[in-house]
Order: sequence, then C-alpha cells, then structure tokens
Amino acid sequence: MKPKAFISVFLGGLLLIAGSLGAGESLQKAEVYAITNATIVPVTAPIIEKGTVVISRGRIIAVGAEVEIPQEANVIDGNGLYVYPALINSSTILGLYEIGSVRATLDSSETGKFNPDVRVAAAINHESVHIPITRSVGIALALVAPRGGTISGQSALIRLEGWNWSEMLVKSPVGLHISFPQVRARRRAAEEENEEAISKAIQELKDYFTEARHYMERKEGAAKDASLTAAPVNMKFEAMIPALKGELPVIVSVTTSEAIKEAIKFVEEMKLKAIFHGVSEGWKVVDELKKADIPVILSSLYGTPREWKDGYDAPYRNAGILCQAGIKVVFSTGDAALANNLPYHAAKAAAFGLPKEEALKGVTIYPAQIFGVDKDYGSIEVGKVANLIVTNGCPLEITTQVRHVLIDGKPVNLSNKHTELYEKYRKKK
Amino acid sequence: MKRLPIIIGGILVSLLILLLPPLVHTAYGQDLLVKNGKVVTLGKKGTIEGGDVLIEKGRIKKIGKGLRAPEGVRVIDASGMWVIPGIIDTHTHIGVEGGVNEGSNSVTSEVRIIDVIWPEDISIFYALTGGCTTCNTMHGSANTIGGQNVVIKNKWGASADELIYQRAPKELKFALGENVKQSNFPRVSGQPRYPQTRMGVEALLRQKFTEARAYVKKWDDYNKQKKAGKNPIPPRRDLQLDVLVELMQGKVRAQVHCYRADEILMMLKVAEEYGFKISSLEHVLEGYKVADAIAAHGASCSTFADSWGYKMEAFDAIPYNSALLAEAGVNITINSDSGERIRRLFQDAAKCVKYGGMSEEDALKTVTLNSAKCLGIDKWVGSIEEGKDGDLAIFNTNPLSAYTRCEMTIIEGKVYFDRQAYQEEMEKLREEAKKKEEKK
Repeated sequence: MKPKAFISVFLGGLLLIAGSLGAGESLQKAEVYAITNATIVPVTAPIIEKGTVVISRGRIIAVGAEVEIPQEANVIDGNGLYVYPALINSSTILGLYEIGSVRATLDSSETGKFNPDVRVAAAINHESVHIPITRSVGIALALVAPRGGTISGQSALIRLEGWNWSEMLVKSPVGLHISFPQVRARRRAAEEENEEAISKAIQELKDYFTEARHYMERKEGAAKDASLTAAPVNMKFEAMIPALKGELPVIVSVTTSEAIKEAIKFVEEMKLKAIFHGVSEGWKVVDELKKADIPVILSSLYGTPREWKDGYDAPYRNAGILCQAGIKVVFSTGDAALANNLPYHAAKAAAFGLPKEEALKGVTIYPAQIFGVDKDYGSIEVGKVANLIVTNGCPLEITTQVRHVLIDGKPVNLSNKHTELYEKYRKKK
Repeated sequence: MKRLPIIIGGILVSLLILLLPPLVHTAYGQDLLVKNGKVVTLGKKGTIEGGDVLIEKGRIKKIGKGLRAPEGVRVIDASGMWVIPGIIDTHTHIGVEGGVNEGSNSVTSEVRIIDVIWPEDISIFYALTGGCTTCNTMHGSANTIGGQNVVIKNKWGASADELIYQRAPKELKFALGENVKQSNFPRVSGQPRYPQTRMGVEALLRQKFTEARAYVKKWDDYNKQKKAGKNPIPPRRDLQLDVLVELMQGKVRAQVHCYRADEILMMLKVAEEYGFKISSLEHVLEGYKVADAIAAHGASCSTFADSWGYKMEAFDAIPYNSALLAEAGVNITINSDSGERIRRLFQDAAKCVKYGGMSEEDALKTVTLNSAKCLGIDKWVGSIEEGKDGDLAIFNTNPLSAYTRCEMTIIEGKVYFDRQAYQEEMEKLREEAKKKEEKK
C-alpha cells in the first residue's frame, strides 16, 4: 500500500476505534444519574436533608449528605424536592383489564373452581393504558393477581416498564391465589342459609389440597423407588407442589371475621405458608392473625362495614388496629383503572390511627418483604435497584406532584392517555 | 249574645292558622356557636383564622372573631380545626326506597323520587361522616327521561318530609348513552326496548318535545276559548308531558346524565331548538372535548374526579376534565354517584388541584358553592355567609389533605354527626354487647 493511503486508513481506523470508545462511554454516561440536593426519605433509615442519590446501571450506588457525584452523571436537581422509594401496589389486575364492560378485554378471572396452573404472567398486556397512568403517580411495581373460582391461579410481580410481559416480570410466580369460601350476602338470614354451602365448599378445598398432596407424595415415592409408579401427569396438581412444600405462599382472599378464622385453621391444617388478602374485618380477629403470623394485604379501604355496629370507620381503622398488634400490613387497590389511587388508601388508614411511617412502609418496604424481593426493592439503600420518585411532597398526599419516576435506574416517560388528551384539548382553539 | 264566644273563638282559630306557618317556619333550625376555627367561607369574608360562626335558628347570623353566644347556646370549640361549608353532592341515589329506575319505558318523566324517599337509608348517615349536608337524589340512568329529582338535607333521624329541602327548584332527569341503550345488559329475548342506539335517543327526545309543543298548543287554545266566554272541553291531562312543558317554560330544571362529546352536543342542540335550558350535565366525562359549547349554553357540569374506564363511553375520561371545563368558564362540580364515595368528596376535590392545578379554594368550591349553583340553591347554601343556612363541616386538618378526617357535620345549626360522641356511643354499645355475651 502507498504510504499516504496507509496513513489515511490508519488514522481512519484510529478514529473509528476512538468513536466507538466514545459511544461506549456515552452508553455508560446514559446509565449514571445523580439526584442532588433533595430531602431523601429512604424509609428504612432516617431522612437525609439536602442529600444526593447516585445511580449506576440500574442500581443505587451511593446515598447521603456528602456524596461524590461522578463526572459522567446525568444530574437531576432535587433542590426543594423529595426522593422516595417508588411505590408498590400489592394487588392489581393491571394488564388483564382494559374496559370493565367489554368482556374481550378482561383476563383476570378464569372459569372453573380449581385453576392452580393458570398464570397471569404471559397474559399481561404491556400496552394497557392503565400501566403508564399508574406509574405516573410513582408506582413502579405491582402484583398482578388472578381472581375467580376458588383456586384462581398464580400471580406475578411486574415492573411498570417494559416492551412486553417478559421484560416486565420481576418475579413469577409470587403466590398461589385462593378465594376462600365465605358469606357473600350482607343480611344475617341469607348468611345462615349459606353456612351449609360454605362448609361444603371449604371441605371441597381441603379435599383438593389433600388429593394434590397424595399426587406429590406418589410422585416423590416413584422417584425414589423404581417399583412404584407415579400418577399420570396432572398439570393442576403439579402446580400445587411448590405451595404444598411451603416454597410458594398461598395468598388467601378472605374478608369476614368468621372466614378469617376458618382460613387460619385451613392453612395451618394444610401446612401452608400464607399471606391473607382483603381482611376488612381483620380488626375483629387480631389475636388469631398475630398468633398465626400471617401478613396482610389490605384491599381497597373504600368499603362500608358489614354491620352498622362495626362503626362507619371500621374499614379505615382496620390497618391501625392490625399494625398495633404487630401484624405486617400492606396496601392494594385490586383493580387497574384506579390503581394509581394506592397512596391515598394508605393515607386514609393514617387518618384513622395508622402511624404515617407505617402507611408509607405499607406501600414500599413491607410489600417488598412480603413478596420476598426486599433484597432489591422497597427502600433507598446502596445496592438496591434504583426505583425512585422525585416529588414536591409526600407521595401519599393527593395534591403532591411527581416530577420524575425512575425504574431500574432510568427515568420513565410520565405521559399517558390522560395527559395526552389533556394536552390535545388544551391546545384546541 | 250566645254567638259571641263562637265568633271570638273563630277569630282566634283563624289567627292561629294564619300565624302558625310563620311560627313553624321560625322553628327552622337551632342555635349554635362554632368558635376559633379556620373558617373557609368561600364567600365575601374569605378565610378567617381563629374565626367564629354564630348560627341562630338554623341560619348563619354572624361570622367574625370573638363572637359571644347568647345564654344556653351550645358552643363548639373548633380550635386547630378547619370549618368549611357543608358539602353538597349533586348526584346520588341514596334515600330512595326500592328501585331507582322505572325501566318499563324509556320516557317516564311523570315519576317522582319525592314519592319514594327512604329516610332510614344508612347511606344518609355515611354521607354525614364525610361532611356532606345536602344531596340531590334521583332516578338512575336507565331511561331517556327518568323522572323528577329531590334535593334533601341529610338530617339523619328525620322523617321523609323533613328531609326534603323545600327551597330547591324542581328538576327533571335525562340520560343519554350506554345505560339508556341497555348496552351492558345481557340481551333479553323478544323485542328490545327502544331506543337501542344514540340515533334513537335523539329521535325519542325530539318526538317527546314535539308532542309537548302540540300539548301546550291544545291547552293554549282551550284557555283562549274559555276566556272568550265559550265552553270548550278541556284537553286530556298528560302528566308525562306536563313536566316537559314546565321545562320549556323555565319552571323546571333539566339535568342530563351523559358521557360522549357527540351526545353532549346533541342534547345542547335539542335544548336550544325546543327552547329549554339545561341546568346541569352530569358525569359529562368527555365534556372537556366540547367545553366551549357547554360554556356558551350556560350549563353547569357535575363530573367525577377520576373514575373512568369501566365502560366504553368512559374510556376517554380524564381527571383533568374539571380543570379544562373550569378554564372554559363552566361552573364545575364533583359528584359521587355512590353511597360510599359520598363520604369522601373532599378527597375528590383535592384531585382538582393535582390534575390541572386548580387553586385549593376553587377545588373546595367544586363540592360546595358550585354544587349549590348547579342545583339552583346557592342563595341559601354552598358557602358560609350571613343569612345562609347554618350548614358546616368541621375537619381536623385541611379537608384537601389525604390525611384529613371529618369530625363534625352540622345542618341548620344542629349537630348531626359528632365523631367523638359517636365513638363514645359505639364504645358503650360494644361494652353492653360484651356483657350480654359474658352473661350467656
């Protein structure tokens, strides 16, 4: 090669290498953030006035008042603002619901009584309009739970960000969901009529678990002893095995005090690890719940008491009473369209006796603990995933504005169907 | 004279009959002094820190500082608390006995809620626990023209007659859209009820108002002939059309349950063509799309804070609806349409601050003064002003805070909800129940 040509190629090559290095560096730069000069509320540690959080490659790498900000960091000025962990909604049907009256858009409730093998994970529509709306108030994770029948299926914990359900999954399965047989009617007379039907249904549920256990034991026996044969593969019973072994919690939806007591007996008899969901009359049976050491996912606080004697504020006071007895309480909305109201349910409980710090924990660290993901989520600690929100006040207050939401260490787009229509019609003249 | 005692007796009785109504009327309400609260009047006096409100015989006599109560009058210490006008819900179905829809026909303007008021509905008490003192209770939205509403004061414990707010103007309820079309019910066998489309809803409205016009003409002709000394046969009374005529004559207000922009515009046009005014569009979730037309017509809007997505026609609803309508100059209120949600309208009002940046005062108006205007009763309720009804709600902190709690609700000077007293009473009841259990 001629010398001039060689030099050109060589220089060109160098430029290419430098360019790609530079591109690599800007990729690195894109992953480093620093939120500076803000009031940081880690939840599991004291509040830091005028602090900084540094994020790199999706994780929190530094938190404190005197923190070195890497040169390549994208800086978010938190002056006058607050940094909280992003919130967690402990029961929703996000991705399984679009419009309530349009059956084609509904996927949360399978038909049939026992569906342990039904999983929400791959049915989640990442494009659901409710997802961006929910995360714009600062909710980054949500449990998506199946309902319907008696054994509804298996739930999944998702991040509210991702190009498809696979990218959204944080943990799947999270629990085996059971809708515990209980009184539906409000009137005493109808309740008595139902009691027989309910006892029968509870026995049916027990029998199903017993059958599943036999299937599992037979399978284990056959694995050890070649002379024994396992039963033909039964997908439903296969799905029961992790719960029977105590590896997968059963998440039991139960409301009335009588049913809660029955449900406690049930999980103890069946030797299951349990979380209870709903529990609006939990305040009537605190001692039993405490003894059984069962954490509670409260459903929407916006209910009325079964009997006027319970007091108009029973659903509101419930959380405070459970908390005082030492029971771990987390909050959920149970839906999709108003999943963004999660923080206000927690605040309502705080208005009626739950300490404010507990209300905040009930939408951050406690859900992470209950779902077994607290190593990575639920608070602002070095090493955890950077799911954070930057606000102008407490996220449980209705009037608070959420300025930034970071999921996996990256700010997410806060626009959604509502803001888009708002902007469109604001501009109309 | 034998007759004299009878004549004197007659005069006395007549005087009594003449004077009795005013006597009964002055026993309108009670006396009360609320002291030292943060009084958010939403009226001329603005917000008064450490303010007092003196109520005499159910009406606000004076607002100020350092007021003294006449002897024997109950004093409520509102130190550290917020005092706002009693909350008003323009759209509920509470206190109604039996079904709220005469669903056999799509036009039932002749049926009336006033005939089926149920004062023992516990939702009335629940409303009080949320500071709600007045509500407009009505038919559902099954029919194009559902019937006549009633405004009630949530006087828990009172009789049906006592609940009715006599001053409120008469109102007729209309509905448009999916509920009227029965879209979300399973298909019944046989001929479905007309109308089943939005086209049919409009056609039915036009048909009814045209009938009403013809009906009015018949009565006009009859009256002319009578005046001219002739002896004509009167036309047949039609109770259904009577109300529509009153609406066209401006004697009755029209309230329209609606969702979609197209049906809102349709209704405005029908109203303009047949010469009646729509006083309020309810739910009106797509109102923001036609805000200018609504403002031009002069209708109030009563919407949800953020409820949406449950029906197709609710799928374009946005929580910024109230802000956009307010910007266009529409009188906007927030309603609950629920015996449960009526307990937390103050939280819904707070959402007007979050979505669209309404001021706190304007947000509070959406569940008080604006609602009063919507129902045509703002002369007497909706703000804390001298001369208005003594309807107040007392909160332990800013009513727009998610952490707030309603402590007391007062209607015409009488305390109808007192949280502290309520808790003491419930505690007593629980202890008595416990003792009974132990005895067993």
